[in-house]
Amino acid sequence: MKETNIEDQFQAKIDAEIKIEPKDWMPDTYRKTLIRQIAQHAHSEIVGMLPEANWITRAPTLRRKAALLAKIQDEGGHGLYLYSAVETLGVERDELLDELHSGKAKYSSIFNYPTLTWADMGTIGWLVDGAAIMNQIPLCRCSYGPYSRAMIRICKEESFHQRQGYELLLTMMKGTDAQKRMVQDAMNRWWWPAISMFGPNDADSPHTAQSMKWKIKRFTNDELRQKFVDVTVEQAKILGITVPDPDLKWNEERGHYDFGQINWDEFWEVVKGDGPCNRERLAARKNAWDEGAWVREAASAYADKKSKRQKTAAA
Amino acid sequence: MTKQEALLKYVLRLADNVSILGHRLGEWCGHGPVLEQDIAMTNIALDCIGQARNYYQYASKIEGIDKTEDDYAYLRDPLDYYNLLIVEQPNKDFAYTIVRQYFFDVFHFLFLQKLSDSKDKQLAAIAEKAIKEVTYHCKWSGDWVLRLGDGTDTSHEKMQHAIDILWTYTGEMFLMDEVDEILLKEKIGVDLIGLRQEWLKIVSEHFKEATLTLPETTWSQKGGKQGYHSEHLGYILADMQYLPRTYPGSIW
Ligand SMILES: [Fe+2]
Ligand SMILES: [Fe+2]
Ligand SMILES: [Fe+2]
Repeated sequence: MKETNIEDQFQAKIDAEIKIEPKDWMPDTYRKTLIRQIAQHAHSEIVGMLPEANWITRAPTLRRKAALLAKIQDEGGHGLYLYSAVETLGVERDELLDELHSGKAKYSSIFNYPTLTWADMGTIGWLVDGAAIMNQIPLCRCSYGPYSRAMIRICKEESFHQRQGYELLLTMMKGTDAQKRMVQDAMNRWWWPAISMFGPNDADSPHTAQSMKWKIKRFTNDELRQKFVDVTVEQAKILGITVPDPDLKWNEERGHYDFGQINWDEFWEVVKGDGPCNRERLAARKNAWDEGAWVREAASAYADKKSKRQKTAAA
Repeated sequence: MTKQEALLKYVLRLADNVSILGHRLGEWCGHGPVLEQDIAMTNIALDCIGQARNYYQYASKIEGIDKTEDDYAYLRDPLDYYNLLIVEQPNKDFAYTIVRQYFFDVFHFLFLQKLSDSKDKQLAAIAEKAIKEVTYHCKWSGDWVLRLGDGTDTSHEKMQHAIDILWTYTGEMFLMDEVDEILLKEKIGVDLIGLRQEWLKIVSEHFKEATLTLPETTWSQKGGKQGYHSEHLGYILADMQYLPRTYPGSIW
């Protein structure tokens, strides 16, 4: 009886758009859903640093090099805020990292694709950060306070990344045939993985209803995907590149673009670990962590020594 | 050598130092030992690249032709690169990276302090701006020297090893050549020999606190400032210059 009351109160708060804060009571599944979702998001930010970092040493101008470094640094910062947001739910960052390294935790599959040309740096900004924004703007109103606040900060930076990526592509499209070819090729490779970022179709997304009720989610996967397609197709026209989907067609009646079927077999393959770069990305993260162990140990040993010395000095 | 020629070379040396160091630090991005330090290294890399751009832009003014900052960075061969050898040394591990950074940071800080009094207003202004960033770099690398030197046995050992190897690249920082002499006389450049004592004092006191030992050898590697580099620079530039060289004249 009491339990139902507290759960009703919780739902009432959510319905009234009152934020849930770390010390507030929350249903266990709400907590678990958030931990899983925010951790996945945090992991995506830091794994997502890798495909772009792949081009830092080959950035073709100093301005682009600085912009790329700054962008990747932002993603690292997003990782930090998000790990802190999960920590408010009672799980430590190191535990989450262990789950990433063991393969138990997931991250966005998009980062399991390789970055093959410089145009990929623009395309990632435009499509990947672009899709992330579509997903994340509603999360700024997420019912969980720390997550929603982290998302507000993150979204501002992501939209800057998106514009910067698009500008990079515009510049290349004004250039030589070789440059235009790189841009079109990048579009061909990234388009389908990008629209897959919104997740399975609504019919195959069993958790959506509960997440919507809890106002963790505000729109369904298909709604967000449609929004993204509608906006992005127009941007592709301005760029002067082709969207690699023969079924793409404006539907006057719906007021939206119709588009082809995502290859869900490939999607699930990559989610399960069999994408072009899954092994490499995970190995790179694990390697950084393992190789850094002595550094972290030294830092904590030094901090211990220092505080002991201070205590002795004070005594 | 005219004053103008000397000034151009001087500015390119300063630019190349920070461009190459920034490049090396950028290689850590995404692979740091812990997220905060990954971000810190990227941050320092960004400062370095920003400083390099200021110097390259000034170089183009000195030459008075329409070269861009990128022409200097991307279209010169190793023989025409003038950075100190220490900044091109590989990251190897975090201890190497820290020692390389700390040796250079302390030098860089002392150098910029003097350069900010340069009679050349443009150089003085660049130095003034850079010194704020480099103050932070010194603090960052200096703190890590303490943590790793006086951390665990393993970290201590790795640091001492890095010091022993990188030490031979520190002498070059204080070598004066014709370029330095000409600009010192003009009160534009810095008296490098004069920096040596203070550098040594700061470094040795800090190492003492970190329980690390300074090597006794006085022999030093040299040549970077004149365009004679270690084998590493060729590979750095091969990566760095690949796009502009493969697609000449393209705008990125
Ligand atoms: Fe991000
Ligand atoms: Fe994100
Ligand atoms: Fe981003």
